[in-house]
Amino acid sequence: MAELGDVENEFLCNELEQYVEEEVEKQRMVDLYAAISLSMQAIAAAIIDGRHHDVDRMTREALDKDVQALEVMDDGLIAGMALVGIKFRDNFIFVPEVLACARAMKAGMAHIEPILSASGIDPVGKVIMGTVKGDLHDIGKNLCIMMLRGSGFQVIDLGVDTSPDDFIGAVEEHGANLVGMSALLTTTMPNMGRTIEAFIDADLRDDVKFMVGGAPVTEEFAEELGADAYGADAVECVEVAKRLTAESASVHP
Amino acid sequence: MRDFLDRVEAGELLISDGATGTYLQEHGLEPGGCPEEFNLSRPDVVRQMAADYFAAGADLVLTNSFGGSGYRLKEYGFGDRVEEVNRLAAEHARAVAPADRFVLGSIGPAGVLLKPNGPVTRKEMFDAYCRQVRGLADGGVDGFCIETMFDLSEMALAIRAVKETTSLPVVATMVFDKGPKGYFTMMGQRPAQVAEGLARAGADVIGSNCGLPIGHMVEIVAAMRSASALPILTHVNAGMPKIEKTDIVYPDSPEFMAEEMDRVVGAGANIVGGCCGTSPDYIRAFVRRLKD
Repeated sequence: MAELGDVENEFLCNELEQYVEEEVEKQRMVDLYAAISLSMQAIAAAIIDGRHHDVDRMTREALDKDVQALEVMDDGLIAGMALVGIKFRDNFIFVPEVLACARAMKAGMAHIEPILSASGIDPVGKVIMGTVKGDLHDIGKNLCIMMLRGSGFQVIDLGVDTSPDDFIGAVEEHGANLVGMSALLTTTMPNMGRTIEAFIDADLRDDVKFMVGGAPVTEEFAEELGADAYGADAVECVEVAKRLTAESASVHP
Repeated sequence: MRDFLDRVEAGELLISDGATGTYLQEHGLEPGGCPEEFNLSRPDVVRQMAADYFAAGADLVLTNSFGGSGYRLKEYGFGDRVEEVNRLAAEHARAVAPADRFVLGSIGPAGVLLKPNGPVTRKEMFDAYCRQVRGLADGGVDGFCIETMFDLSEMALAIRAVKETTSLPVVATMVFDKGPKGYFTMMGQRPAQVAEGLARAGADVIGSNCGLPIGHMVEIVAAMRSASALPILTHVNAGMPKIEKTDIVYPDSPEFMAEEMDRVVGAGANIVGGCCGTSPDYIRAFVRRLKD
């Protein structure tokens, strides 16, 4: 078990002290940051601070020094986003700050992604995302996509007003096993259920997991319509996507 | 005729109207259809809606123009008819308004984020709101209600569009969420900060609408009242929507909400009405409870 003093990066130390309130979680984060190299701590700090130019430069420098792309992604970028998620969940930061962090993440991923795909390393997961049929609202869905891409997911964005057939077509074309559906209107929320029914009719329901979200959508509602998970916001969306990806990997090895 | 602000400032409690979307869906609007298109194709329904709310006792009725900014209308193929759609929205409500009642032009979010969070510049957003405001003003509104906003910057641009285009009063209400540390807008502002921000932006009436059930709205109103002496308007949803069999239902009844409105008014609201899931029945219940 590491102690706060073991985290050498001063910025990270201060962040942990100020923003991680729960003891078990704090210990977990201290262990995480104490275990990574100083240069990775600096990248994580720049992510948390939303400094995308610094993330861009430091990611390039690390790769030039032959640090593995996967290591930079996990120990630098994703480790930084872990604290961003905690600060967002606990109301220390809000959408504008999270977007700044996501932009920083994107700057780092721009260097890492080509290396990973060239070396045949699969993305963290593959997600089909769309706002359901009849609904033209996409602010929330786009926030989710930014966060998912920043976390190493490959995202196929079907945009707004997505019919059940479009979802089915995209799943078949891209071989994805995770679908995210968004709705802002109460009247279009039932189209989430209709999309899931269309997958059942097409005999594809067992091949995919569904996650849903949107302002009027609740956990209870998600359960009613037969979705596999609900995410309250873009940060939760990433957690849910990771969980569902792990679950479907254990079912379809 | 004294304007609605004079009446509020003289201490009168005013009742506003209920949901527009919910009403239109019960009268033929397809799920996800364009509510503002009804101003062109179904003027009878739009007029009847305003008439039903006035008959229920509403002092203020909002126009069918919540999604009437160019950014939203463009999605439905009406991007080049912004002034017309908004003018008609105002004319339809005006046509059925009794002499002592008021028509407020409804303005909702553009649905796109300002830079750096999104693609739109402040100038573009301001210009888009100016077009909508001009249409509504041409149609004869008595004032404006800019509602369901989640970003104070966008709200300030919409308020400025009203102030620079007309001399009419403006109501400005925002939507809040509840997190572990209290109530916040999506962009992270607390009700008291929002109250101050809206006043600075030039709002004549401030407040909150949509989002949380009525018990939370009581606390939001109280927090805004502690930060501002301006009149407060609150439009409340009939609870959080649920699925029952295949129907979407809003759980809070007119009677329950009318009782709870005592607390909303007690917390400092000067104008109260309904948001998503409410109907003329709710407004009748509010009038009975709060006015008779």
